[in-house]
Amino acid sequence: MTENAETGSTTGSLPVFPLDRRKCPLSVPQEYEAMRADEPVAEVVNRMTGKQAWALTRYADVRQVLGDPSMSSNARNPGYPHQFQVPEEMLPYIAFPFAAMDPPEHTVRRRMVIPEFTAKRIADLKPRTQAIVDARIDAMLAKGGPVDLVAELAVPVPSLQFCELLGADTEHISYFRNYAETTTGRDSSMEAVAGAIAEMDEFLDELITEKTRNPGEDLLSRIAAKLPEEPTLGHDDLVAIARLLVIAGSDTTANVISLGTAVFLEHPEQLDEVRRDPSLLPGAIEELLRFLSILDSATVRVATKDIELSGGETVREGEGVLALNGAANWDPARYPDPHRFDIHRDAEGHMAFSYGNHMCPGANLARMQLEVVFGTLFTRIPGLRLAAPADELPYMFDAHAYGLHELPVTW
Amino acid sequence: MRISVDREACVGSGNCVFFAQGVFDQHPDGRVLLLVGEPDEGLRAATLTAAANCPVQAISVNDA
Ligand code: HEM
Ligand code: SF4
Repeated sequence: MTENAETGSTTGSLPVFPLDRRKCPLSVPQEYEAMRADEPVAEVVNRMTGKQAWALTRYADVRQVLGDPSMSSNARNPGYPHQFQVPEEMLPYIAFPFAAMDPPEHTVRRRMVIPEFTAKRIADLKPRTQAIVDARIDAMLAKGGPVDLVAELAVPVPSLQFCELLGADTEHISYFRNYAETTTGRDSSMEAVAGAIAEMDEFLDELITEKTRNPGEDLLSRIAAKLPEEPTLGHDDLVAIARLLVIAGSDTTANVISLGTAVFLEHPEQLDEVRRDPSLLPGAIEELLRFLSILDSATVRVATKDIELSGGETVREGEGVLALNGAANWDPARYPDPHRFDIHRDAEGHMAFSYGNHMCPGANLARMQLEVVFGTLFTRIPGLRLAAPADELPYMFDAHAYGLHELPVTW
Repeated sequence: MRISVDREACVGSGNCVFFAQGVFDQHPDGRVLLLVGEPDEGLRAATLTAAANCPVQAISVNDA
């Protein structure tokens, strides 16, 4: 690849990525289909850095790149295709989350958190998820439709559970709520978002100090207790880990709840099947994750050596790669008729939770929460319907994690 | 079929437990715990799916 992006000579003719979903909101960007046929390893401009990167749209290539340890997640590498605004001169000073690190730094931090998301822990959390969901649905029913499902259910459920999981007093739920609402809010200014992030950092910083002094039965206390055994980590690293968990664990599930409700309501026959036979729900949720791929452009890497892709194309050391998991999840070579939402398809192998050593550690927590939410919502409010046409909903077209600002529903 | 797991490589995704609950579990440290080294025929398909979906190929299947 040439350095054209820096000189600006051809930037104008290259598509700027990530693309948005304005053409068809309940789909991955429609341009992927033509790209996969014409230029499956496409030279594009990465919006946030203004530099060139490769956009991959074939399942095989995305799987290969995400599974290859020589494809780095190190955000300090100058070729890394950042998805957030990061001034280049600040790169050495920013406290990046472990999602943006390679082993061994990544391994040490990830191993601090994975004990919190084991199958056993998630099974233990499930009754509490059910109670939270029931209470929110009681509140919706008491209020009467139409209501905004984002504000009533999608945002409160994961944020309340996260608050409890971390060991924050539920009276501080407002921090989590405010954080999720501001960072997902359509009308939030840059200052408001920066303010919410700073507020969250300060809150987590104090909370971790408190948990170190007076440990309780919660995630942050357990992680803080392990800190002395980790000579390479300090208090600030714990704050960074906690912040990553909050960012990665609240909006994401909230967005799948709201978008997923819309998708189910747009497919009433399949919804009826799931309602009649709840054993279909886990498969339907995998299909939903594949179909929505809300973090399509979160899986980015930079090559630390030359690699060859499935069509013989080469990515050279130092070049950035957008391994678009949504494009992979809509590759007809892997999932025939990918545009069809089909709960009977085997969505196994989808990469909505990524693949490789960064694969989402919260996947089974998200799966459990989604199962409780959808399993409860559609049975307790069988007459649920959209109170606005699906193609006119306020989608988050410009957000990193795709979602809905609001979802008006009634019954 | 005979299964083995590489706990050093494991990143604790929990995918194997999701696909084949009776065969895999997670140790309290978050990493994989093999429950059944030689799964029955009935668990064969689920075990193969789990192995194929391990994001870091930490599960080996000897299908002799
Ligand atoms: C449906 C909801 C979710 C989706 C679609 C999702 C998706 C993803 C994706 C695509 C990545 C990988 C990025 C990469 O490969 O570079 C990731 C990483 C991560 N996710 Fe999730 N996630 C979800 C929910 C959660 C939850 C509930 C948690 C909470 C604990 C969580 C915590 C994390 C963390 C900590 C990482 C970084 C892992 C690493 O770099 O090793 N996620 N997630
Ligand atoms: S699927 Fe692989 S990485 Fe995930 S827990 Fe099982 S063995 Fe570990």
